[in-house]
Amino acid sequence: MTNWQIPVIFVAALTLTGCSEGKTDSNIAADPGFEEKLQEQLLDAKKGDVITIPPGKFSFTRSISLAIDGVTIRGAGMDKTILSFAGQVAGAEGMLVTANDFTIENLAIEDSKGDALKVTQGNNIVIRGVRTEWTGGPKTDNGAYGIYPVRTTNVLMEDNVAIGASDAGIYVGQSKNVILRRNRAEFNVAGIEIENTVDADVYDNFATNNTGGILVFNMPNLPMEGKNTRVFRNKVFKNNTANFGHKGTPVASVPAGTGITINSNDNVQIFDNDISDNDTANVIVSSVYSTNYSEKDWSKGYDPYPEGIYIYGNRFSGGGGSPDGLALKALKASIFGLTGHFPDVLWDGFYNPKLLVNGQLPVKDRICIENGGAGIINVDGPGKYRRPSQDMVPHRCSLPKLPAVVLQTAKG
Amino acid sequence: MRWLKLLPLVAALILAACGTDKVKGPTFFADSNPQQLSEWHMLKLNGNTLSLSDRVMPYDLNTPLFSDYAHKLRTVWIPPGKSAKYKPHDTFDLPVGSVITKTFYYQLPSGADRQSGQVLRNSDNTEALLKQGGIKLRSVHLVETRILVHRKEGWVALPYVWNDDQSDAVLKRTGDIKQLQLVREDHSAQPFDYVVPNANQCAGCHATNAETRAIRPIGIKARHLNKDFTYTGGTMNQLAAWTRQSMLSGVPSDTAQVPRNALWGDVSFSIDQRARSYLDINCSHCHNLHGAADTSGLLLEPDSPTGPSLGLCKLPIAAGTGTGGRRFDIVPGYPSQSIFSYRIGSTKPSEMMPEMGRATVHDEGLKLIDDWIAQLRGQCG
Repeated sequence: MTNWQIPVIFVAALTLTGCSEGKTDSNIAADPGFEEKLQEQLLDAKKGDVITIPPGKFSFTRSISLAIDGVTIRGAGMDKTILSFAGQVAGAEGMLVTANDFTIENLAIEDSKGDALKVTQGNNIVIRGVRTEWTGGPKTDNGAYGIYPVRTTNVLMEDNVAIGASDAGIYVGQSKNVILRRNRAEFNVAGIEIENTVDADVYDNFATNNTGGILVFNMPNLPMEGKNTRVFRNKVFKNNTANFGHKGTPVASVPAGTGITINSNDNVQIFDNDISDNDTANVIVSSVYSTNYSEKDWSKGYDPYPEGIYIYGNRFSGGGGSPDGLALKALKASIFGLTGHFPDVLWDGFYNPKLLVNGQLPVKDRICIENGGAGIINVDGPGKYRRPSQDMVPHRCSLPKLPAVVLQTAKG
Repeated sequence: MRWLKLLPLVAALILAACGTDKVKGPTFFADSNPQQLSEWHMLKLNGNTLSLSDRVMPYDLNTPLFSDYAHKLRTVWIPPGKSAKYKPHDTFDLPVGSVITKTFYYQLPSGADRQSGQVLRNSDNTEALLKQGGIKLRSVHLVETRILVHRKEGWVALPYVWNDDQSDAVLKRTGDIKQLQLVREDHSAQPFDYVVPNANQCAGCHATNAETRAIRPIGIKARHLNKDFTYTGGTMNQLAAWTRQSMLSGVPSDTAQVPRNALWGDVSFSIDQRARSYLDINCSHCHNLHGAADTSGLLLEPDSPTGPSLGLCKLPIAAGTGTGGRRFDIVPGYPSQSIFSYRIGSTKPSEMMPEMGRATVHDEGLKLIDDWIAQLRGQCG
C-alpha cells in the first residue's frame, strides 16, 4: 500500500469510517412520529421539492417510498443523518424510489431487513454521499443490496459508502449510461457490481475487504444484456473476506480473494487501476459456465462468453497466492507450488468456438493484455482444469478504447 | 345462456335498499381526498350493521389475493348512465367517476374483546353475511377500507383505517401497523403485525406496468370475476349481473369465450389451473412483462409460457436471503428444494413473496404450490 499515488480518497474514507460508529448515539432524535412525517412528505412532494432531513438517528418500522418525479432528498451528512431500519417489521427494502430526476444525498440507511436503497425504472438518478451499512459486520442475514438502482438510465453514483451487503454493496443493473465514481465498498460479498448494464464508467473507487472487489456481470434470463464498461483508476485490494452470500445467488459463486471479475460481459476495459493482494486472483475473466448455471437454464440468444476484454496499464502487486476453493487451490499448488501464486489474470478458458477463424479468436473477441509483466493463466474450465496454459501469445493485442460515458441530464 | 335466468332477481336485490330513508348515494370526489370513509357513501352503517349503499355492487374473485386471512368486502360503483367496457384479458375500462372499495376485516373469536386484537382465522364468509343483510359490527374487527377512485388523471388509491369504535374509517395515506393475533378454532393464537399500506405501496401492486406507473384495479378482470355470486335475490354469474345492471358492456354472448381462473381450493379444477390462478392473483401484478418484477425475468401471468420464465430450473437474480440456500425457483418434483416454496413460506421482509400485503404464511396456499411443484416433471441442470 505504500506505493500508492493518490492517498487523498483513502484518507478521507478512513476518516469517515472513524466517525460512523459511536458518534451518532449522542444526537439520536427520539422522534417516533418522524417515520410518518417523512413518508407523508414523500407522498405530498411536488416536482422540484427538496426534502431535507435534519441530523439525527431516526427509526423506521416500515419501508419508505417515493414515486414523484423531480424530488431531492437531502440529509446533513452520511454520518449525521441516519435512517435506521433495525426495528423494521415490514417492507422488502429501506427506501424504494420509483421516479425520474431523483437525487438523494448526504445520509445513511442502516440495517434494513432487505435492500437498503432501491431505485427502479427511473431516468436521471443521482446518488451522492449516501452510506448504506449493516452495522453488525458481514453476515449472511444482512440485506442483499446496499445501493441498488435497477432498470435506470443516466445514473450518477458518487462518494457513497457501502458496508456489509450480503450481495452487492454498490450495484447497478439493467441500466444504461452510468457513472460510478469515488465510492467506497467494504465487507460486502460483491463490493461494486455492474450487471447487465450498457455504457458504464467505474473510476476512482475504493474496494477492499469484500469477497470480490469489482464485478462486471451478465446474467442470463434478463430483459437486457450488458456491454461497454470501463473500470479505471480504482483501488482494489485485499478483497479476501470469506463469501457470506446466500447459496443460490449468483455472487455466492464468487471465490473469496478476487479483485476484479468479468463474467460473461463484453467490451470491458480495465486500466490504470491499483490492484493488489487479492488472494485468488487480481483479475478473473470467466463465463457463466463457471457459476452453477447450465445451458438449459438460460434463455436462447444469451451470450455466455466474455468477449473484447482489454486489460492494460494497471499496477498489480501480490495476490493469487491463496485461492478459494479446492479446485483452484490444487491447481495453484500443482503449477506454482505451495508458496507460489497465480498470474494477475485468471481466465476460466470458455470461449465461443463458432467465432474461431483459422483456429484463433478474432482480436475483437479476445482477452487482450498490455500490462507489462502481468501474465494470464487459462485454467481450462472446459477441460475440467486438466490442461491449464500460461501462453500469453494470443493475448498480446490491443482493442480500440471505449469512449467516456456522457450522462444526458434530463431537462425538467 | 344460463346466466340470464335469474336476472330479474338482481334488479330487485340491488334496488331493494332504495327505501324511505333519504340515504345519500355514492359520491365521486374528482380532486379532493375526503378524510372520512363515510363521505364516499359507498358503505353505510345502520346501527349495528355494515351494508352497501344503493346501486353499490358487491363482488368476489375466483382466487383472491392472500392478506393474512383477512376477509374482504369488495364493492364497485359506476356512475349512473355509464358502464364499464369488457376486455378479455386486461382490467375492464371503468368510466371516470367509478369507485371501488375493499374492506379488510376479521371475525372475532367468540367472547373476544375487539380491543384485545384477537381475530379469528377462518374462511371468508362475506358473501353469506351480505345475503343476511350485512356485516354485524359486534362480531367483527374492521381494519381498513381501501378506495380506488377513477379520476380524470387516472386511478388513485387511498387507504382508510377504521377507528376503535368502528363508527368510521379515517384517511391514512402513510399507512399503519396494527398488532393483531390470529386465533384458530383450537384457540391457539399467533401474533402478527397487520400492515396497512401507504399510498405508494398501493401502487407497488396496482401499478401493474412499472414503466407508466399508472394505477389500475387488479381484480376487475374477466378471469377473476367470471364466477357465481349469491346476491340477496339469488345466485348469478357476476358478469351477467353487471351486464344486467348496465354496469358492463361487451361481454361475449358465448360465455365459453370468457376467461376464467380456477377457484384455488376447488379440486374439480386441475392442480395446474389452481396453482396458476393462485400465482396469477398473488404475483403477476409485479411478475409480468412490464411489471415491477420484470427485472427478475420471472413471469407469472396465466398465459406466461412454461419454462425458465415460469421459474422452472430458473436461477435467481437478486433474491438475496430469499433463496433460502436453494438453487432454483422451481425444482420439478421437489418443493423442498424450490425457492418458490421457501419465499411463499417465509415471513421475513427481506425474503418473503409477495414482498408486501402479508405478515403470516398462507398455509393452504403454500400447500397448493408445494403440491403443484411435487407433480411437475423434469430435471434441472
